[in-house]
Amino acid sequence: MMTFEIASMVELASFAGAGLCIGLGAIGAALGEGYTAGLANEALSSRPEKSGEILKNMLVGQAVAESAAIFALVIAILLIFLESPAESLLTASALLGAGLCMGFGAIGSGVGAGYPGGEACLGIARQPSVTARLTTNMLIGSAVCQTPAIFSMVVALMLMFMDFGSLPVSPTWAAFLGAGLSTGLAAIGSGLGGGFAAGASCGGIARNPGTFSQVTTTMLIGQAVAQTPAIFGLLISFVLMFKAFPAYSGLSVPMALLGAGICMGFGGIGPGIGNGLTAQNAVKWVARNEEATGDLTRTMLVGQAVSQSTAIYAMVISLVLIFVV
Amino acid sequence: MAIEGADLIKAAAFLGAGLAMGLGAIGPGVGEGFVGGKACEAIGRKPEEAGLLTRTMLVGQAVSESTGIYSLVVALLLLFVV
Repeated sequence: MMTFEIASMVELASFAGAGLCIGLGAIGAALGEGYTAGLANEALSSRPEKSGEILKNMLVGQAVAESAAIFALVIAILLIFLESPAESLLTASALLGAGLCMGFGAIGSGVGAGYPGGEACLGIARQPSVTARLTTNMLIGSAVCQTPAIFSMVVALMLMFMDFGSLPVSPTWAAFLGAGLSTGLAAIGSGLGGGFAAGASCGGIARNPGTFSQVTTTMLIGQAVAQTPAIFGLLISFVLMFKAFPAYSGLSVPMALLGAGICMGFGGIGPGIGNGLTAQNAVKWVARNEEATGDLTRTMLVGQAVSQSTAIYAMVISLVLIFVV
Repeated sequence: MAIEGADLIKAAAFLGAGLAMGLGAIGPGVGEGFVGGKACEAIGRKPEEAGLLTRTMLVGQAVSESTGIYSLVVALLLLFVV
């Protein structure tokens, strides 16, 4: 069997992590910004005389969508240039986990923030009189879309700078990799879902500016519920990072911890997107039928609660994998 | 590292349980959310049918949930039976 020095393994992990981080992290923002620019062009074709406002709004919307990719860039650069203590193989798995976490975590927020940007541009063309409200609403909506990417950055930074003390390499290496995957993957769904709700609210305000406050409130409630899978992911990451696992020389405990992270990570994607789809239509119809706001909010919450159930199953299985088996 | 046959089988079962529930949760989550969204749309168009629509939404979501429950059952089998 080939043997590697610990220092070269740590370097290998930080370079591979950096590549994965910015490679994956660039996907979302590019898609989201492209969507915004596409709708801005559509808006310009219908109202060329408002080109100044539409262009300004497009650039502000794109800047918010870009922030997810900038987080990934920062983490990638830190991974490349930071001098990491190369005392144990744990550093290697923590750095790879950090890269994966931020890379996956930026996808959803980048794509999601593109929806409100584009819809706000279309809205300005439709109702130039409410340009300021549309831009405000777009900024609130896309800021909430960024939270999953921020969760990912927090976990990535913790993995990079945490002091491991004298934790045993096995099974802690798998816990760190699982911690990165849990928040990173779960953030994809919540970022996308929050974007669906925010896009619909910009479209709704443009259609019926009088419903501004109800639409924004419904959007925020819907987005808050759509964030829960990312919060579940964050919770599992924290448990994996901060629980001290006793040394184990076999393979079953590390695989249980890695499995816990993968389970919560993938398990959060679907419910995040689903909650966003429900919120999208609820927000859209609050703007069209203001009197039904109560019924719509109630139905949205019931629908989202059911859609959330699979994320809760995933969290239960993750917790069983960590604490029971 | 002492990796024996029984330990290897357990390792695969644990990783498999995580993958089963994790990937299995994607479809029902998206599908149920889609149903919820369409129910909101329908209530927006016809608020007087809210009761019927909520009931239909819940029945539709329950059916969509079934594959999530299959994943949960398989994950629990892998954790506690295999």
